[in-house]
Amino acid sequence: MFISMFGAVESGIIYAIMALGVYLTFRVLDFPDLTVEGSFVTGASVAAYSIVSGVPPLMATIFAAIAGFIAGCLTGVLHTKGKINSLLAGILMMTALYSINLRIMGQPTLSLLNETTVFEQLEALWASTGIDSLFNGLLSSIGLEQLPGTWSILLVMIIVTIGIKLLTDFFLKTEVGLALRAIGDNKKMIRSLSANTDSLIIAGVGISNAFVALAGGLIAQLGGFADVNMGLGLIVIGLASIIIGEALFGTKTIVRATLAVILGAVIYRIIVTLALRVDFLETGDMKLITAIIVIIALVTPKILQSRREKNRRIQKRNQLRAGGKSNA
Amino acid sequence: MLKLKDISVTFNEGTPDEKKALNNIQLELQEGEFVTVIGSNGAGKSTLMNVISGALIPDVGDVYIAESQVVHLPEYKRSKYIGRVFQDPMAGTAPSMTIEENLAMAYSRNRKRKLKLGVTKERKQMFKDNLATLNLGLEGRLNAKVGLLSGGERQALSLLMSTFTEPNILLLDEHTAALDPSRAELITQLTEKIVRESGLTTLMVTHNMQQALDLGTRLVMMDKGQIIFDVNGEEKQKLTVEDLLHEFKRIRGEQFGDDRAVLS
Repeated sequence: MFISMFGAVESGIIYAIMALGVYLTFRVLDFPDLTVEGSFVTGASVAAYSIVSGVPPLMATIFAAIAGFIAGCLTGVLHTKGKINSLLAGILMMTALYSINLRIMGQPTLSLLNETTVFEQLEALWASTGIDSLFNGLLSSIGLEQLPGTWSILLVMIIVTIGIKLLTDFFLKTEVGLALRAIGDNKKMIRSLSANTDSLIIAGVGISNAFVALAGGLIAQLGGFADVNMGLGLIVIGLASIIIGEALFGTKTIVRATLAVILGAVIYRIIVTLALRVDFLETGDMKLITAIIVIIALVTPKILQSRREKNRRIQKRNQLRAGGKSNA
Repeated sequence: MLKLKDISVTFNEGTPDEKKALNNIQLELQEGEFVTVIGSNGAGKSTLMNVISGALIPDVGDVYIAESQVVHLPEYKRSKYIGRVFQDPMAGTAPSMTIEENLAMAYSRNRKRKLKLGVTKERKQMFKDNLATLNLGLEGRLNAKVGLLSGGERQALSLLMSTFTEPNILLLDEHTAALDPSRAELITQLTEKIVRESGLTTLMVTHNMQQALDLGTRLVMMDKGQIIFDVNGEEKQKLTVEDLLHEFKRIRGEQFGDDRAVLS
């Protein structure tokens, strides 16, 4: 149980980078970008192919992000210069990327089992720090028997993801970032304030997909393979993370909203892990579970609110009936 | 400061719906001039605004701002020189962003946007000082989201956002028409004060004849895509609504076809 939870948080914190990317398009730019399903795999296949070809793993991971950036920019160009509806532009790019990803890998699945990934390098560095034995010692002293093999991935990825979050927070407060946010809020206005909305949208969708592809490259290295279908349903996972996070932690400021997205991604992984432990559910049910989670997260707040309103009205009515007076 | 030369715009050319929105318009604004534009629906006032702002490219004609030809500049490039307030109070501000963020975006209008913080300490003070001139208490609400403000407050903020960077030209597009009378009066007063103090070259479109007479140094009347009446200086100060209606009838040989302009 502990081990599977540990794994959920570990991959959740990587998927959080993807969710931050989806947040940038869906929430900040108000651009429902489906490129994500393709660019995640592009990141995975570029990273995997680079590593197999002998590129240092860290470099391969950076290549993945760059490939995603280019894919995102192309979607932005299709939308702004080609005047294609944003949803359709993303679908077109996603479809095109499927073939491109196959070309990159040369086969549907590329294994990294015999290769050194960025995480294995990390573990090797980590071994000398003695942090693992410290944490595992603590855990075994409270009676846990199965212990995680390494804490390096979790701890370092938390730092990396928080770093990306802080950079995003800062970026969205810069002069350029403010204009980017205004695009999702009031496009006509920011154009009348001399912002080039086309360039901003292209750059914004590019950055979003760079995040997504970076996550793809890391997930491929964590899992030990890249698969041409690994992006399937990813957009719903990204949305699930955002919606869960927003519902639980709020969106009052940018700093809070991005943190909510990260926590939402981790919580989503935990929910899925728990759901899969239920006996009659199979791995193939994942997508169904995801869709149900999103539906619940979308519907519950509304039901709760109408329930509250109703109670308030009943209370007022009773007050009137009882005392004949009310402060209404 | 602003010069329109031989501007013509035709919509739906070659179809039964063909409409000459602007017909060979000539208009020149001197620096510091405050021109009010009046006309009934379909006179071409909004089209004129869009041609100046760059939202619409005229079929023929030239637009000069401060002596340079801008007719081929897209809207976002031209807006470096132009401050604009729209009719809809929701149109000029970003509702889910704060007052200070909105002002910071407006502050970048005639500067290159960089990867530097939009709201800094010094700018905050400057925003506060500017907001204080509105006398609406907004200077104490820098971190409030603009969506929480009333229509009048939002329009006052839009007005400030489009003027405090001192654009070459200020365009006011019926900017009080969507407000209730007392708010409209407030925005009118603010407009008068801001334009007087900063000496901005201003073009204001209005439906309201009285407003067109009260504000500004020059009055232009449009009808069917043409400028039919243009008066300034002392002559304008003496005009009344009756004079305007009479003038319209004399020139066009028909009644001014818009009750709203007369009644409001």
